[in-house]
Amino acid sequence: MERRAYYKNPMLPWLLLAPQLLLVLVFFYWPTSQALYWAFTLEQPWGGGNSWVWFDNFISIFRDREYWGTVLRSGLYAMVTTGLSMAIALTLAAFVDRSLKGTKFFQSIFVWPYAIAAPAAGVAFRFIFAPESGLIGSINQVWPGIWDPATNGWHALAMVIVCHAWLGIGYNFIFFLAALQMIPRSISEAGAMDGARPFRRMLDLQLPLIAPTAFFLLIMNIISSFTDSFGLIDTMTEGGPIGQTEVMVYKIYFDGFKGLDYSGAAAQSIILMLLVIGLTFVQFKWVERRVHYN
Amino acid sequence: MIERSPVFDFLTYLAMAIGAFLVVIPFWITLVAGSQSLQEVSQVPISLMPSSHLWENLSAAWARADLGPKMLNSLIVAVGVTVGKITLASLSAFAIVFFNFRGRMISFWLIFITLMLPLEVRIVPTYAIAANALLPFQVILDTLGISWLVNAVSGIQVTLNWNLLNSYTGLILPLVATATGTFLYRQFFMTIPDELVEASKMDGARPIEFFFDVLLPLSRTNMLALATIMFVSSWNQYLWPLLITTDRANFGTVVMQLKALIPAQNGTPDWNVTMAGALIIMLPPLLVVAFMQRWFVRGLISRDK
Repeated sequence: MERRAYYKNPMLPWLLLAPQLLLVLVFFYWPTSQALYWAFTLEQPWGGGNSWVWFDNFISIFRDREYWGTVLRSGLYAMVTTGLSMAIALTLAAFVDRSLKGTKFFQSIFVWPYAIAAPAAGVAFRFIFAPESGLIGSINQVWPGIWDPATNGWHALAMVIVCHAWLGIGYNFIFFLAALQMIPRSISEAGAMDGARPFRRMLDLQLPLIAPTAFFLLIMNIISSFTDSFGLIDTMTEGGPIGQTEVMVYKIYFDGFKGLDYSGAAAQSIILMLLVIGLTFVQFKWVERRVHYN
Repeated sequence: MIERSPVFDFLTYLAMAIGAFLVVIPFWITLVAGSQSLQEVSQVPISLMPSSHLWENLSAAWARADLGPKMLNSLIVAVGVTVGKITLASLSAFAIVFFNFRGRMISFWLIFITLMLPLEVRIVPTYAIAANALLPFQVILDTLGISWLVNAVSGIQVTLNWNLLNSYTGLILPLVATATGTFLYRQFFMTIPDELVEASKMDGARPIEFFFDVLLPLSRTNMLALATIMFVSSWNQYLWPLLITTDRANFGTVVMQLKALIPAQNGTPDWNVTMAGALIIMLPPLLVVAFMQRWFVRGLISRDK
């Protein structure tokens, strides 16, 4: 990022940076280090500050079978939402990329889910999937009791996952389409001259060429499934029935703010942070050696 | 386009139509259910045609969730975050790209790392800081012995306190404190050719003049993109406002109110009112995205790659 032409001024850049740096210090670095402190300490029951307990908080979390359930559930949730959302978005982008007449109309519709608040979509999908309402619930008229997210944990989880995948379509679609459109036409034409049919070209030409974007989206989707799921779960199931839709963020919220176990919640936050940082790191490593084609 | 077979064209339209159906159906059901009467919405199976009760459901939802003041709050927060972010991001990116000073890389990384951890992940400690946003400075003063010095000299006890609970600043500031915008502006400023800087230097323009007269007009597209992204994401915030506002009547936002609109377990299942409310709440960001699509798509892509 070196420039040949730049300004030199001892004070001005710091003045320009000061507001941003102050905000980042107060709302990012301080809280993050605070979380570290809490994760390794335990508040005394009758006041008297925190005592240092090393890894006790982490050990008690790892011994908690309920926590492992939450981790596994978050993993499943991340995989299915990411797969579903990216597959739909990629299919749509591939067809839109043919740019037939009238494609612009479809293209603008496919972006819509990006604008919707997760809790708002959650409320809408809760109604769509409500066992007593007349949409998916109609199936209960034919086979009574076959669909009931209020008591069946798998049904509830499926409902949340479908909603999360729907929300991600817009974002994924935008990126896939942009990546596909960056591939030079001549490459596809050359493939067609060699007799490759559209599906074959998709597999052998386009997919490898958009691999960097696909990988970027994979990471972003997994991170979003860890972080954005709170609004959905809180409006759709509140973690129920009996904790069967509780994912990591929801458990942090629940233990920290309802259970007032700050140390436990902070330790869980640290675990989630490490997970997200790890994913981002993998992403950066990949970007370093990604293919260039423009 | 390469193949022009009518069968493949038909297949393309079919796939896009199915996709459009998948994307639109939740919106359609929200609209349809929001326009029906209680009796119609409780029918099994439900009719998928809109009815005539949209207006009364909208006003019922408006009254039940007290959406008037909440809309205003959401608007204040969304505009506050958008304006704050654009201002801070453009200034700090300007400093990082166009100045050569010690600590430039360190500042860049300090800001850039914040991209990694979304607010939701560090929610517990961030909430604690909101009770007193000046706590870090208090600790710094205490450890440096400055508060002791002031106390010894003047007898004044130094206590810094700034509670952000139930305030617009509390709703806005933590959302401004991330790197998304800074990164987007940096990417754009990097494409500005050196010659432009040299030319304006030769014309005797000071850095601030260069910023306002050259850079800002050039980055208009960039600004629209960032504005759209920030407006949508701050309007749609849920967890943070939920925590920081205990005084919902005065500082609640619309998205927080969604839960209050869901029919109670044993109450009247008036989903028609719920859906009308959801419709009102999802409309503003949807309109922004629909109108700004061209710009924000470009911004989104250049931000994240």
